Amino acid sequence: MVIQNADRRMQIYGALLLLPAAVLLGTFAYLPTVATLINSFFLPGFRGAPPEFVGLENYAMLVEDVTFWKVARNNLIYALGTIPTSIALALGMALFVNARLPGRGFVRMAYFTPTILPMIAAANIWMFFYAPQIGLFNKLLGALGLSGVNWLGDPGMALTSVIVMTVWKEAGFFMIFYLAALQSIPPELKEASDLEGTSRWSFFWRVTFPLLMPTTLFVLINALINAVRVVDHLFILTKGGPNNATNLLLYYVYENAFSFFDRTYAATITVVILLVLAVVATLKFTVLDRRTHYQ
Amino acid sequence: MNARFSLVKDSLAKRSRMGAAALAGLLAAGSLNAQAQTELTMYYPVAVGGALTDVIDGLVAEFENEHPDISVDAIYAGNYDDTRVRAMSAIEAGEAPQLSVLFSIDLFDLLEQDAIIAFDEVVESEEEREWLDSFYPGLMENGRIDGQTYGIPFQRSTIVLYWNKDAFEAAGLDPETPPETWEEMAEMAAAVREASGGEQWGVMVPSTGYPYWMFQAFAFQDGHRLMNEEGTEVYFDDPAAIEALEYWVSLAEEHEAMPDGTIEWGTLRQNFLEESTAMMWHSTGNLTAVRNDASFDFGVAMLPMKEQRGSPTGGGNFYLFKGSSEEEQHAALTFIRWMTAPERAAAWSIETGYMGVSPAAYETQALQSYVEEFPPAAVARDQLEHATAELATYQGGRVRRALDNAVQAALTGQMSPEEALKQAQAEADAALRRYARSR
Repeated sequence: MVIQNADRRMQIYGALLLLPAAVLLGTFAYLPTVATLINSFFLPGFRGAPPEFVGLENYAMLVEDVTFWKVARNNLIYALGTIPTSIALALGMALFVNARLPGRGFVRMAYFTPTILPMIAAANIWMFFYAPQIGLFNKLLGALGLSGVNWLGDPGMALTSVIVMTVWKEAGFFMIFYLAALQSIPPELKEASDLEGTSRWSFFWRVTFPLLMPTTLFVLINALINAVRVVDHLFILTKGGPNNATNLLLYYVYENAFSFFDRTYAATITVVILLVLAVVATLKFTVLDRRTHYQ
Repeated sequence: MNARFSLVKDSLAKRSRMGAAALAGLLAAGSLNAQAQTELTMYYPVAVGGALTDVIDGLVAEFENEHPDISVDAIYAGNYDDTRVRAMSAIEAGEAPQLSVLFSIDLFDLLEQDAIIAFDEVVESEEEREWLDSFYPGLMENGRIDGQTYGIPFQRSTIVLYWNKDAFEAAGLDPETPPETWEEMAEMAAAVREASGGEQWGVMVPSTGYPYWMFQAFAFQDGHRLMNEEGTEVYFDDPAAIEALEYWVSLAEEHEAMPDGTIEWGTLRQNFLEESTAMMWHSTGNLTAVRNDASFDFGVAMLPMKEQRGSPTGGGNFYLFKGSSEEEQHAALTFIRWMTAPERAAAWSIETGYMGVSPAAYETQALQSYVEEFPPAAVARDQLEHATAELATYQGGRVRRALDNAVQAALTGQMSPEEALKQAQAEADAALRRYARSR
């Protein structure tokens, strides 16, 4: 009897401890998710009229929506273009500024600067870098005697241009994590391998890189989230154009919800994005985690 | 500060409900104060160059001085799209503004969203009713439906042609004569390009930001209107529309007088100022900024013609939002009337280049002497005679986006003008069908 009471008290205690997190998660994650799912089965109401239930019609529209597929493809290219590049670059920069070189603090700061710039400000600067006649890049090309490129106005170049800017912006941020991880690697390992006569190359691949794996995983997830989350610099740089060449998923959701006032279709796209992300999350927990060695 | 004040008020209200008599007294004093001043919130966009937020802040401060019983919180909210989003999200959050300056063509969507009320519901006196009719009829085309007035013109524009007189002279053209027709524009542009040895472009027409707007000008010059007045049908794949887009594309492809690909709305003014193009099509709202920064002699002209002259009007209107008290509605009306009064409209036009929105504005001493000293300031108004309503339909965002994409696809060589416009027509039809259903 006494034991049972104590048990129950512990259970209530535990539930109370969970409550704040549960309330926050429920309000800001689960409730909106459910509401989004429900919305995706309706058509928006006209002049304050209640929305009309249409079942899977929005999903049928999505399947036939050429723009959606183009946007999804763009986003895939964007992810493949930004994630590996910015991670590799971040790792390279971290190794570089972790070494003893003169003016190390300055170089670190220089690498990190893009990260602290607000995205909108950065995009505004880059818009003038990219401007075809008066922009920095074309002026540089012109000095080399090359004809300029319409960076953001040519559908073949526009997405690449956006990717380049993102890499510039993100690499410095990820570098910070790698730098912190590198500095937490015990120097004894290096000393020991030096005694053994290990080459720097195999030391990196056999010791440093595996020890950085948890950081890489963390950075990878962040980069992935960013690749889906990106929306702000599109407002400044391209507005998704020309002809949807740089339109990405979240921007397309935004357009549908706020430019087209079609909230229910926006909800439909959101549900699909959530499903894809759920698959990715499952992969992360089942495959990647098992291959990662935590210290 | 306002938010803090209302928080205090709320908590006072709660306590007084609990029966604290003294606090109830305080509350009464507080609400008296609140009644003494009507607080208005409005969102407004800036889509052209120059420090227009300062101008607006100055106007609002002046208004508050003259009307101590009304305070206006004017919030700059980005370009037209951003501003609409801000206003609509505020409504959803239960913090609806009482008035806002939004895109004139948002009218159908705002009605569809049940967000605004007609000015006819608020005006009372004969004088106020006359005020509704005091604006240029051309500017009211995007603000009236079924005889009801929903939008009052404020920062309104047409597209005008800016040309660099120095560049014309260097190319052996008459610097005082802008192109009158499509052919002339193409020839003159090509001449500049050639004379500069490829250093300078002949003409630039922006194709990001508001491509449909520029396209509408081309189409209208070819005698074609892109939509019906009810906002329920569009005619994008008409032969005249196709011809218009073909001409636009030919400026780059055939005449080699305009750069390939799309041309950025936001940096075009800078391009013109740095003389990398001899002509540009842009909103007249840029006029004062160009005037202040140009280091060369420039002129402003009406757009060239094919079958007729033509430009769509553009820009922002004042709207009244649903859900405000009668008192707030009248305060909003007072503010809007003050902002659009002839003297203010004249001052605003001088500060920006936007049109004076009423004939009376051009009769003011200030604008008359300004136009005399700087004739380009009158071009947008003169062009009104040849203007058409800006492309506005139900499902406006989607319909415009379809047309934007078509224009960009053609300009970047992804599709022929005909293919692109046929596709845009199909997309717009589908969007309008979806609207017709939800109605």
